[in-house]
Amino acid sequence: MQNHLMEAVEQSSMKASVPKFEIGDTVDVHVRILEGEKERIQIFNGVVIAKSGTKTREMFTVRRIVQGEGVERKFPVHSPRIADIVVKRSGKVRRAKLYYLRNLSGKAVRLKERFPAGKATPAEAKAAKAERRAQKAAAKKARAEAAAEAKAEAAATVKEE
Amino acid sequence: MRVGLLGRKVGMTQIFEADGTAVPITVLECGPCTVLQVRTEERDGYHALQLGFADKKRKSATQAERGHARRVDAEPKRYVREIRQDGPSDVAEGQTLTVEVFGAIPRVDVIGTSKGRGYSGVVKRHGFKGLRASHGVKRMHRHPGSSGPSADPAHTRKGIRKPGQYGNARITARNLKVVRVDPTNNLLLVRGAVPGPNGGFLTVRQTNKV
Repeated sequence: MQNHLMEAVEQSSMKASVPKFEIGDTVDVHVRILEGEKERIQIFNGVVIAKSGTKTREMFTVRRIVQGEGVERKFPVHSPRIADIVVKRSGKVRRAKLYYLRNLSGKAVRLKERFPAGKATPAEAKAAKAERRAQKAAAKKARAEAAAEAKAEAAATVKEE
Repeated sequence: MRVGLLGRKVGMTQIFEADGTAVPITVLECGPCTVLQVRTEERDGYHALQLGFADKKRKSATQAERGHARRVDAEPKRYVREIRQDGPSDVAEGQTLTVEVFGAIPRVDVIGTSKGRGYSGVVKRHGFKGLRASHGVKRMHRHPGSSGPSADPAHTRKGIRKPGQYGNARITARNLKVVRVDPTNNLLLVRGAVPGPNGGFLTVRQTNKV
């Protein structure tokens, strides 16, 4: 009825611009945290599994797996405590609420990547896959090196004795 | 002067404080109100301001309403209420009060008519639990159960809560915090809920709760 009045009030409490993100996107949520006097930013990374509400009441739910345990946090989009929302990866999904992810674990939780600017060309998809592989390989190498180093150190200490 | 104004409920929403706390608020469209009459001790036996809010079509106003409004050079009003005063006030008849009067008021009472729920049972009206769903209960699931002892006193005590008309009554929501005053849109934002439907008329006054 007097919607323009409601609009005026809600506008005053909304952010001028909110980063665009979709259901299924993997995002970094930058949360302002007060520690005593100091303010710092904590990043919560995960998959957006739901959005709800409109205007100042809009909320979104982010799910991630921490040490094998699912963790979900629900944030108000327009809260001043949310400093930023950065989309890391877009997931290809076919529904608005991804609650089914709660029943999945391990590799099944992964979502197929979506390339927001239309369909990905095969080359792009290939490149993305290659990059992920490279990342994985690098991580593996780093782990192996760390292990080798630890082993060498252990051997050294034994020798000294 | 005891501050008061008439208005209308716009609706509820939430706003954020700087630290991120979400505040549940009701948006009230308050004023501008015309002072239709000033009640005085000498003439009326008490002090009060009679305010009018929202114009009424002249053709749907009675002759008496039109005459009363004409006295202060105003249109007939749809919602007319009085705000009691402790003593003589410096407000004159015909003056217009806006939401700015609440600028320095921290807390208000909001008076309105609650949503009518018709003839309601005890579960809705008084929050009774009703009877059990099973274990031999037969078609009595939302009944009140017993209404008192038997042979002594042999009648139902006064004041036992029963079904009846619920809602559509005058309700005062007291001591609501004023969150924001917006003079450009004539808006008053209070924390929490107020009685009545969106668009319902309300009387807002400085709280008398200490």
